[in-house]
Parts: sequence; structure tokens; C-alpha cells
Amino acid sequence: MPNYDLSNYLQFILSGLSTGSIYVLVALGVVTIYSVTGIVNLAQGEYCMLGAMLAVTFIRWGLPLGLAAAAAIIGVTAIGVLIERLTVQPARSASSITLIMITVGVSIVVRGVALLAWGTAPFSLPAFTKGPPLDVLGAAVSLQRLWILGTAVVTLLLLYFLLERTLLGKAVRACAINRQAAGLMGIAASQMSALVFALSAALGAVGGIVIAPLMLASYDMGLMLGLKGFVAAVIGGLTSLPGAVIGGLLLGVIESLGAGLISSGFKDAIAFLVLLLVIFARSGRFPNRLGRRPARAGELAGRGARPTETRP
Amino acid sequence: MVKWNRSVCLSLVCLAALLLASCTPAAAPQATAPTAAARAEAKVGEAFAIGVLVASTGGAAALGEPERDAARLVQSQLEAQGGIIGAAGLRHPIKVVIYDTGSTADTAITLAKKLINDDKVVAIVGGTTSPESLALVPIVQEAKIPFISAASSSQIVEPVADRFWVFKTAQNNRHTAPQQVEYAKAKGLTKIANLYVNNSYGEDGRNAIRDATKAAGVEIVIEETFEAADTNMMAQLTKVKASSAQAVLVTAIPPAAAILTKQYRELGLKIPLIQNHGIGMKSFITQAGPENAEGVLFPMGKLVAAQALPDNDPQKAVLLNFIKEYEAFTKNPTSTFAGHVWDGMQLTLKALEKMPTGLKLEEQRAKIRDSIENTKAFPGTGGIFNLSAQDHVGLSANDIVLVKIADGNWVYMPREKW
Repeated sequence: MPNYDLSNYLQFILSGLSTGSIYVLVALGVVTIYSVTGIVNLAQGEYCMLGAMLAVTFIRWGLPLGLAAAAAIIGVTAIGVLIERLTVQPARSASSITLIMITVGVSIVVRGVALLAWGTAPFSLPAFTKGPPLDVLGAAVSLQRLWILGTAVVTLLLLYFLLERTLLGKAVRACAINRQAAGLMGIAASQMSALVFALSAALGAVGGIVIAPLMLASYDMGLMLGLKGFVAAVIGGLTSLPGAVIGGLLLGVIESLGAGLISSGFKDAIAFLVLLLVIFARSGRFPNRLGRRPARAGELAGRGARPTETRP
Repeated sequence: MVKWNRSVCLSLVCLAALLLASCTPAAAPQATAPTAAARAEAKVGEAFAIGVLVASTGGAAALGEPERDAARLVQSQLEAQGGIIGAAGLRHPIKVVIYDTGSTADTAITLAKKLINDDKVVAIVGGTTSPESLALVPIVQEAKIPFISAASSSQIVEPVADRFWVFKTAQNNRHTAPQQVEYAKAKGLTKIANLYVNNSYGEDGRNAIRDATKAAGVEIVIEETFEAADTNMMAQLTKVKASSAQAVLVTAIPPAAAILTKQYRELGLKIPLIQNHGIGMKSFITQAGPENAEGVLFPMGKLVAAQALPDNDPQKAVLLNFIKEYEAFTKNPTSTFAGHVWDGMQLTLKALEKMPTGLKLEEQRAKIRDSIENTKAFPGTGGIFNLSAQDHVGLSANDIVLVKIADGNWVYMPREKW
């Protein structure tokens, strides 16, 4: 067993924070969709995959990185809306469990199509800025990890601005609080549903693009990211955006420390163990049946209102 | 009523989605019928089928795709020639049946049974990864059919007493590990880290390195493992960084090996990174990024050293010919894994050429097994094969050379350059 000093612990925490940032972006998507539509979107990780793969493709076509990333995000957002219109919207009145199954189906289809389009070989995306890793009190932090952290912060600020400072955001929050009342006020629930799917797809795409230089982009990268993002969302309470941020970062750090201090073999096991513990600990506050959110659940963006039964 | 209809529709959609996802084209059988040897002078005899099981999709696709291409190359050559000329002077069309295991052992088992019972193949070549090949061992032992594995773990062919029907063409980790350890020792690096992927290939490599270090008087100061599907090895590498290791020895295949290499550079580790023959494909360099792969060392068969071999080396002509044919056929750079399947198919074809006619399928399979076991001094891409009842690999440490990645290319490192 190696002797750890402060720099090693710092290394684990910094690695964990950057991986956790990706979980945050996925978890935010899960939470936004769940709050507004009541659907647990298990295809969330596929948006990361699509973002990374499209960005790689556009770069191969000769686009500069920034443009390729922007095009990929727009492309994935469009795909997100398309998926919502084609699969979720026609089944609006179906039970929650059916809707969840649909998202599982969507993720399998998206993965299959990606396999056909790109094949199985993993693709490498170059780091956004070239250069040696920075030395932070003895811990090495690559410039790409700074990009990840920075992107996550900027995305969070944009999301906050959108939800809290714009009329559109107000409409989204209104839907999350009470869909029927929002409908009576003239907010079209169907449009809001499309909007949150677009938003979540964009968040996922951003996550996929910034993480791709550290791992490799491949057709099956979305599965684990989606699951971890879901775990992060659950840790955060499934309806709270600040909760998702804390949940994602916490999960990243716990995983990293667990792998470093206990055993790297348990890394994924630790994430799912945390999920189980959180579910046990909070079982009182969780929906006892899928689709019925309890009155005490948290609320979108931490505002003090409570979601109620959304389906007539 | 409307609601009921909808839920039925939805279930159908889900079902269709699942079916669609499971029907990737790569999973479909890629068999082709042999063309009749119309132009051949020899009379056409019995047709034979050879089965090929490769992981052309899934986690090990980086290995399995070149392997599939090598099988297709042999398939197209056999079609062009109308098959092989047997011992009785008859021309036998050969059907090559290629299936994709999707990198999972379960699928490999199902498909192996299909090859044995439905396609009635005389031998099976492939089993891309060690876990797949190990899963096939009991199947072929029971069915009494020769199986020539392209994977590396020594457990695939050992103990030979229980592996009567199993051979392999990939070099043993016992052949490659001494090169890794001796290189470190030659550079005066006596404390090493032993990293390996958590499966039968990685464990075999770990054990081989342990034994090699004992023999060479090198100390393993840290051992760490990671999963084949892991995308983050920062924790393991941070441990290595905190240890007193002077060189890092790795047993893994891409993508894990490529991700490890990226993160190795990311952490700013400066000590030599010596990987194993699991990265013997050019796509490793593109996956890891040429700047990250720069300076990585690894042992592999002589494929890379083909040009540098002396002209009297029996492998030189074979290797140069294989490289030329493979690259012309696939338009891709060559891979040692393609060579493993190519070797397996050549061993099988050679055995078929010697086989007398008029045998039942079970007898044919037994005859082919005997022929392969008695192969001597056969120059393949992986080395000179000298098989025997005690050795179902037939290669030696002399068939391995050390390679360094420089400027995105493989550079042969003869011992005098260490």
C-alpha cells in the first residue's frame, strides 16, 4: 500500500470533482424532465454519447473545435425534441412505468443506431487546450479537467438564469409545481415537455463533449454515464436542481476516494451502494409508487412550492 | 377503449425497439457459399466448413474486427482458388462461416454450438478474448472438435491433458513478460508497478510478470487492477505515482489500455510505460492519441519487425506477404490479432490438405486435431509453430520482439538498442 500524503488525497478529490461534474450535467437533465413531466428519462446518458460522437464527426469533417461542439449541441438538442415528439408525446396518457420503459427502449434504439452509424471503434477527441497538467499543491490537474469544471459552472449559471430570470423559465417552473394550474394559466404542457427534453439533451451533449477527451467516445459510453447521472439525481432528491449538483459532485468524489482508499475494483459498486443507502434513508420522502410524487418532495430550483399529481 | 389500444401499441413499440436493437447487422451470420471450382482441373470432392468466432462488435472490437477481416481475406482467397487440393488430389471447396460474438462469452458459446451442430464445421478458429476462449474450452472438449484460439491466456491450452482439442496461436504472456521485465532491468529499473485488466487475460499477464520479476530479481512494489470497461483509472495511477515504482508494466487491451495511457500522461507520470502485446494494433495509437502513445513500449510477435528481419528468417516472407495481402484487402494497417486468426486458419487448411477422403465428420475433426498437434516448423505470423502433445501453442520467447511507439509508428527495438 503506497503512503498517501495530502497531494494524493487532493488528486482523488479533484479527479472526483471533474468526473462528478459530468454526473451533474446528466443529473440536471434527469431532474428537469422528471420535475416537469414526471418521466424518469433513462436515455439521458445517450445524449452524452450523441454529443461526443457528433462532435468527433464534425471535427473529422474539418470544422474547428468550437464550431463542431456548438453544432453537436444543436444537433443533439434537435434529436432530443424529436425523441420527445415521436416517443413520449404520443404516450402522454400512459402510466409512468410505461413511459420509463419507453425511455429504456429509446436508449437501446439510439445505441443501436449509433452502432450502425459509427461502428464499434472508440474515437478520440483531442484535448481542448494542449499543455502539460497544472500542479495544484502536488496534484496533477490536466487542462481538460479545468475545461470540464468551467463548462459545468457556466452551464449551471445559464440554466439558473433561464429558469429564474426568464418568462420561459417561469413557465417551466410553473409546470413543475402544478401542471394543471399551469395549463389553466395558458401554459401549454406539451410545449414545456418538448422544451425540457431539448434542455436535457443539450445538457447531456455538453457533458459528453467535454468528457470525451479524457475517456474515449464510443457508441456505448452513454449507458454508464446515464446510470451514474440517475444515481446523482436520486441522491439529490430527484426534483431539486441544487440537489442534483450536490449529488453529482458527491458521487464523483465518493467514487474516486473509494477507488483510491478501498479498492478500484469496487468503484461502480460504491456508486450503486450509495444509491441503495440513499433510497433506504430517504424512503419516507420518496414516491411509494412510481409516478406519485409525495407532497414533501423538493422542488425545482429550490423554490418553495410543491409538486402535485400531474396526471388527470 | 382508446387507452387500452394505446398501451397495446406502446408495448408493441417497446418490443419492436428491443428487437431492432438486438438486430445489429454485425450479429447476422456472415457466411457465404463457396463458388464452384469450375475452372479447376481437379475433380471436385467433398466441401468442408471452417467456423470463425470473433468479437467484431462490443468491448473487444478493436481486436475482433481485424480478426474478422483476416478471416474474410482467407475466405476470399479460398473462393478465388475454388478451395484446396486434398490428399487424394480432389479439389475441396471450403466454406468459411464467420459469426460475431459481441465480445461476450455467452454468445460465443451459443454460436459455437451452432457451428458444431448446424454448420457442421470441421474446426473452430477465433475466440477473440481470453474469457471467450476459456468459455469455449468445455464446449469443444465435449463436442470433440478442434478449436484454435486467437487469445492469449495460457489457461486456454493448459493443462494440456484437459485441453486435448484446444490450441492457440497468440503468444503466451509467459513469452512476453520476460521481455517487459528484462527491459526494465536493463535500464536499471528494479522497482515496478504491475497493472492489469481484471479478467483472465490480465491475471495471466500479472502472474507471468510476477514470475519473470522473481527470475530477474526485480521487485513489484504495487499491483493494481481495473475493469475492461473502465473509463477512469486516475485512482490506480495516483496510487502508482505515490509508490516508489520506477516503471509501470501493464497487461490490458484497448480501449482500457488507451484510456490508461491518456490518463498516465495526464497525471504527468514520467517513468517508462511498458504494456503488453494486447495493444498490438495501430488503432491503439489513434485511440490513445499519438502524443500520449509516444514512447510506450510493448512486446509482440515479429510482424512489426518484418522488414528488419534477415532474409534467411523463415518468417520474413510469410510476414511481408501477410502484410501486403491484408492491407490490400482491408485498406487498413495490419494487426497482430488478424495474424492470430490467419495463423489458425492456415494451420487448419494445412491439416485439411493432408486429410484422407471418405471420413465421417467426427473422424475428420479428429484427423485435423492430430495434424495440427503434429505441426512442426510452420512459419506463421506469430512465430515458428512447433506444436506437440505437450505444447498446444508451439511458440517460444524467440518469437517475441520489443517495440516502441515513436512518431505514431511501431519501431522495432532489438536488444542491442536497449
